[in-house]
Amino acid sequence: MFGRMASFISKTLTIAELEARKIRHDPLDLFTRVVQPVLWLVVFGQVLAQVKAIPTGDMPYLDFMTPGILAQSVLFISIFYGISIVWERDLGIVQKFLVSPTPRTAIVAGKALSAGIRSLTQALMVFVLAAVLGVSVVLAPLSLLTVIIVVLLGAAIFATLSLIIACMVKTRERFMGIGQMVTMPLFFASNAIYPIDMMPGWLQVISYGNPLTYVVDALRGSMVTGGVSEFGLLFDVALLTVMMVVLVLIAGRLYPRVAR
Amino acid sequence: MIVRTDKLTRRFDGFTAVDSLDLEVEDGEIFGLLGPNGAGKTTTIKMLNTLLPPTSGRAFVNGRDVVRESSKVRRSIGYVPQLLSAEASVTGYENLLIFGKLHDVPRKELEERARKALEYMGLEEFGDKLVRTYSGGMVRRLEIAQSSLHHPKVLFLDEPTIGLDPVARRAVWEMIKDLREKFGTTIFLTTHFMDEADALCDRIGIMNRGKPISLGTPAELKETTGTSNLDEAFIKLTGNVLETNGNVRDIQRDRNTARRLG
Repeated sequence: MFGRMASFISKTLTIAELEARKIRHDPLDLFTRVVQPVLWLVVFGQVLAQVKAIPTGDMPYLDFMTPGILAQSVLFISIFYGISIVWERDLGIVQKFLVSPTPRTAIVAGKALSAGIRSLTQALMVFVLAAVLGVSVVLAPLSLLTVIIVVLLGAAIFATLSLIIACMVKTRERFMGIGQMVTMPLFFASNAIYPIDMMPGWLQVISYGNPLTYVVDALRGSMVTGGVSEFGLLFDVALLTVMMVVLVLIAGRLYPRVAR
Repeated sequence: MIVRTDKLTRRFDGFTAVDSLDLEVEDGEIFGLLGPNGAGKTTTIKMLNTLLPPTSGRAFVNGRDVVRESSKVRRSIGYVPQLLSAEASVTGYENLLIFGKLHDVPRKELEERARKALEYMGLEEFGDKLVRTYSGGMVRRLEIAQSSLHHPKVLFLDEPTIGLDPVARRAVWEMIKDLREKFGTTIFLTTHFMDEADALCDRIGIMNRGKPISLGTPAELKETTGTSNLDEAFIKLTGNVLETNGNVRDIQRDRNTARRLG
């Protein structure tokens, strides 16, 4: 039991290590990804803050939406992660992973952690950007630790969801279509840029089933001064962890099918 | 018998890719599975290396059932897919390191084995360069090193020299022979090059449309067909090769591999 757990962890870290090494050789990608959050915060955020259309209590709108935009970056980076599995299948890399004595769930967890590593670099950029725009971000160690954990969990959930989709559709074209189809609804059916109270009833119901809602909620409660977590940090983290474990188990079962 | 199959069969939506295959490969042998495109060679290899579950029949590698004891089988094998499967955006050394870890090479030995493997494959000067900059032959050599770093009992190679120039092909052949010499590794490869089978293999199995049609040493095959070279023997044994073998996807895959190797 202990041996299997140790092996699972070390294999997961090995798969993630490969990703970290890739990023080190080609860090440019990290910077091109920052364009989207810049647009949201600088353009969308500034305009909406002017019109004061969204009730955010005592919080400035930009402060309210910053955690939402970080969550969105995590979502966008991770949800297209599944395409890499299709790519790696076509290259034969997936086949080599599968033939090695690596638990299937460790391959999936390693990929999930890889998305987390990329998302953390994004979080750093969003923090810097927000600070420049005058958002009062919290830099207390415990808050930062919470942000790191929540970003890793969020990335793992969306990357694994994306892997599951890729395992089912198996081709790049179909994957891109579905990826586009789910991304925006996940974003809009969440509390990222407006509070849940503002939504019509049916959308509220959907947003409570949306993992992004809990990622945003936890980030809002930890990364900006005066931010409040509606559901409670502990609840958010516990729920996200359960979602992640379930998704990793499903993806671990589906993963070998892509190589057939 | 290090590899044994018993009526091994795989069907895909009504099409039988491998049909009741019975095969035995001895420990330390270089065994070649030959056949035209679409003969079922890759499907056979994928069942033996646990990637694909058989529809019926059984297969054993190193005495273990490939379905029921798949994780034990995985500990004793290495696999080089037909596709060029090294990770192009990291270095050759990093490729060895990562796969060494995935294959449970002891951490203490890993670094030294990786360095030695690079040296041995004639890649020592390129170990710290991105694989993206390698030639096709270099990638293939790296992949063989990658799949044998853990000293597997059986190494499966799917069309190992497709798309390589004659010099690179010979280098790959030498490496395969050396692996057997040094570590007693059993080599199970597929190919549709007769000269390759002739130069490399102790025994050859010829497959067509999922069925084995002949088995023996290269010399035996030439003798039974009354031909002087394996090309002729092959054509005689498989009949009209042009007919229906291989679909667009197979051929595209071959071409893609060849292009990337080019």
